[in-house]
Amino acid sequence: MKIRRIGTTDEKIELQMTPMIDIVFQLLIFFIMTFKIVSMEGDFNIRMPLKSQVASTPQATPLFVHIQLRADAQGQLLSPGGIIVNGELRFDRMEDLHNYVIGIVGVDEPGGSGEAEAELECDPNLNYEYVIEAITAVSGYVDHSTGQVQRLIERVNFTPPPDVTGP
Amino acid sequence: MRMRKRAESKILEGDLTPMIDMTFQLIAFFMVLINFSQTETDQQIQLPDSVLAKPPDQPFQYPITIQLTRDGKVRYGGQELANLNRLRPYLVNERTILTGRDRPVSDATVIIRADRRAKAGVVQRLIQVCQQEQFEKFALRAKEDMGP
Repeated sequence: MKIRRIGTTDEKIELQMTPMIDIVFQLLIFFIMTFKIVSMEGDFNIRMPLKSQVASTPQATPLFVHIQLRADAQGQLLSPGGIIVNGELRFDRMEDLHNYVIGIVGVDEPGGSGEAEAELECDPNLNYEYVIEAITAVSGYVDHSTGQVQRLIERVNFTPPPDVTGP
Repeated sequence: MRMRKRAESKILEGDLTPMIDMTFQLIAFFMVLINFSQTETDQQIQLPDSVLAKPPDQPFQYPITIQLTRDGKVRYGGQELANLNRLRPYLVNERTILTGRDRPVSDATVIIRADRRAKAGVVQRLIQVCQQEQFEKFALRAKEDMGP
């Protein structure tokens, strides 16, 4: 049987690249335009049941630090003496508070002092960023040699707010 | 005069393969990096910074995210609430869901995403409202401060 040869001439089939490259570039531009470097977020965990549900008073803990934060009319931390510790010590900066907490808690315990407790009494007008700064100052610090977080006081609470009508 | 025959003109085809490879790699990179979990974040809220704010090792078991704007407005589930008391029905609803699943209310963690300029008094009132609805675990969210 005679077999007929098909396609004697070798024709190269060329793919149409142009539409694909168009789409690919459009996708690329879309992702570049929508790309946004989002900084990481973390949490400060606090356990705060209603006072009536708590069996013991916070003062019963061996190491109790009461921190009062006072604000000016603009909500900034009052200076001087915006940070009052245990009703007697006055600090201007969060670094001073942090050093004080290191002094009383110590840095020997790697997991932090589980028995220590800090209570924050914040001026209602104070900007929230100072509250977080104060929590950071008492909670711990980053050891730059290891990059690990060293805990100081893990139990942080708030005093109940004054009974005013909210927003 | 004898004319020299010109060489046959050829179409020069550039090799597109490396370019397409790179382009696809870039697209894959951006697709991987695009973070769809940021839907709960509110771009209008500027979180306070903290060096200790590290992302949690494991997600919360039952998170309830409440946002608080600079001017003290509460946002929950994409809705802006007129005042803190309007939050109560939603919290009751969350509590009902939890009890329906035989879970204690203490399993839930209220994540508070408050603006850095929000007032401490409002944040405390928000915590108080949640406490009154029997929630007791709170997570104060902050942005990781990478330092200078």
